[in-house]
Amino acid sequence: MKIIVCVKRVVDTETRVKIAPDGAGIDLGGVQFITAPYDEMAVEKAIQLRDAAGEGSVTVVTVGPAAATKELRTALAMGADAAVHAVVEERLGPNATAAALKQVLDGREYDMILCGKQATDEDDAAVGPLLAAALDLPCVAFVHGLEVEGTTAVATREIDGQAERLEVDLPAVFTAQKGLAEARYPGLKGIMAAKKKPLETVEVSTDGTGGCTVRSLELPPARDAMVAIEPTPEGMQALLTALRNDKKVL
Amino acid sequence: MADVLIYLETAHGEGGAALKKPAAEVATAGRALADAAGGKLVALVTGALSPEGTLGRHGVDEVLHVDGEAYGHHVLAAQCAALEAAIADVQPGVVLLAATVLGKELAAYAAGRTGRALVSDATAVALEGDGVVATKPKYAGKAIATVVTNGPSIVSLRPNAIPPAEAPRDAATRALAVTPGDTRVRLRDVEAAGEKKLELTEADRIVSGGRGMGGPEHWNEILDLAGALGAAHGASRAVVDAGWRPHAEQVGQTGKTVSPKLYVACGISGAIQHLAGMSSSKVIVAVNKDPEAPIFKVADYGIVGDVHDVLPMLTEAAKGFLDG
Repeated sequence: MKIIVCVKRVVDTETRVKIAPDGAGIDLGGVQFITAPYDEMAVEKAIQLRDAAGEGSVTVVTVGPAAATKELRTALAMGADAAVHAVVEERLGPNATAAALKQVLDGREYDMILCGKQATDEDDAAVGPLLAAALDLPCVAFVHGLEVEGTTAVATREIDGQAERLEVDLPAVFTAQKGLAEARYPGLKGIMAAKKKPLETVEVSTDGTGGCTVRSLELPPARDAMVAIEPTPEGMQALLTALRNDKKVL
Repeated sequence: MADVLIYLETAHGEGGAALKKPAAEVATAGRALADAAGGKLVALVTGALSPEGTLGRHGVDEVLHVDGEAYGHHVLAAQCAALEAAIADVQPGVVLLAATVLGKELAAYAAGRTGRALVSDATAVALEGDGVVATKPKYAGKAIATVVTNGPSIVSLRPNAIPPAEAPRDAATRALAVTPGDTRVRLRDVEAAGEKKLELTEADRIVSGGRGMGGPEHWNEILDLAGALGAAHGASRAVVDAGWRPHAEQVGQTGKTVSPKLYVACGISGAIQHLAGMSSSKVIVAVNKDPEAPIFKVADYGIVGDVHDVLPMLTEAAKGFLDG
């Protein structure tokens, strides 16, 4: 079972966002970076599937800045076997990211490609399906369950509160929803072993935006001041009346 | 290039097929773009249903209908084949669809297959130049981007972002024959036990519980209030991580980003990553015993008190209020 996992370096989800002086990105001063949480779940699931199969490999791939080596090393420390880094400093749109990943993957062998359902910065939830389309592979996004039965995978995902199970001919692309796997913390042994694992750097050509550019980025509009409601039956009536008459949401 | 194509997702259930709730929102957005471009608004629907009445009401000029065995359940490759056929037929400048789970997947897959620029999860869209200008939340809503595309585009629209408007049209239906050949993904089964319910991201009203609820045994208080308000129910990350509630109910940056008309946060303190996932809700009501809880900074109405007292009180009041 040869599995590719696509990961992205993103700002920590605990970050308080400030807008950069160029008005089109966020101020990265003092910001911590992490592997996008859903990508981390995908790495964990890949390791579990490889171990269950008893053979194969997990290769993590990123398209991102030189500093993203840290996130690749983390995945290697978790238990991935090899890493490939396409160094691109500029911020790419989803189409361009998928095109870059395709260049990295062309000519490589794999049975399965896993991505997080979305990176927690751009929130597009698009790179997995875009990559599948580029590689002409079947795709199931937002899966919280994934098992392999020979050359078929069975993916589970929730649609409108109901779990549907899909049979998928491999190779295929899947994107991880919460619940697929809980990422392990790399132990000291894993961290030491990661230093000796192969981390390959490759070049890709990008057309930058892929047809979609960010013109500006703003903080969301400030919310109105809060109205205090007394925790009494009269207070509840006042609240419901305000929700119906003033806010028109009931 | 002046025409606009909208793809409307079908829900398949016991009672047959039906258009999903965001259809009217997508049609309303599509009508505005078609008017701006001086073109037609064409809607693509798949599966066994005849939605002309509904669609004409919200400004659809023509309905393309694709039916057949492959459309009895939503499978990506078949839906994408229908969408590609409709794009070839209509040659639209812009394709709109709802940014549901299946909608986001289809939008991206179709963008990849057709080489169109993609805007995912937009909250507003207008024509500009050869493409569109759209607003879309990033960082789970901690920032709002204005993005522009060049050339033919596909835009998925966040549910609840665009209020549906009436704009009656005839909406004549035309059958479009599509035979999808890609069967590499097949439906095995749909869990029978799970009750069909509205996706959190599409719900008008949500009642969410946090660690302040004290434990999973108190969740009936959340469910009762949700029932009384006709709301879906969610949970904070702490609650999901503690195993009190399933992953699918998590609201926040590492769960679902929601923007309902009404969000009631119960016993949720308001971690940054939770606030990011819900602070674009139209109206926020917070119940928490800690007056310093960060959730009150984003709340429109705040109740400082014990959830176990306040929730039953609010539930009772809501029952009387909404029945009366």
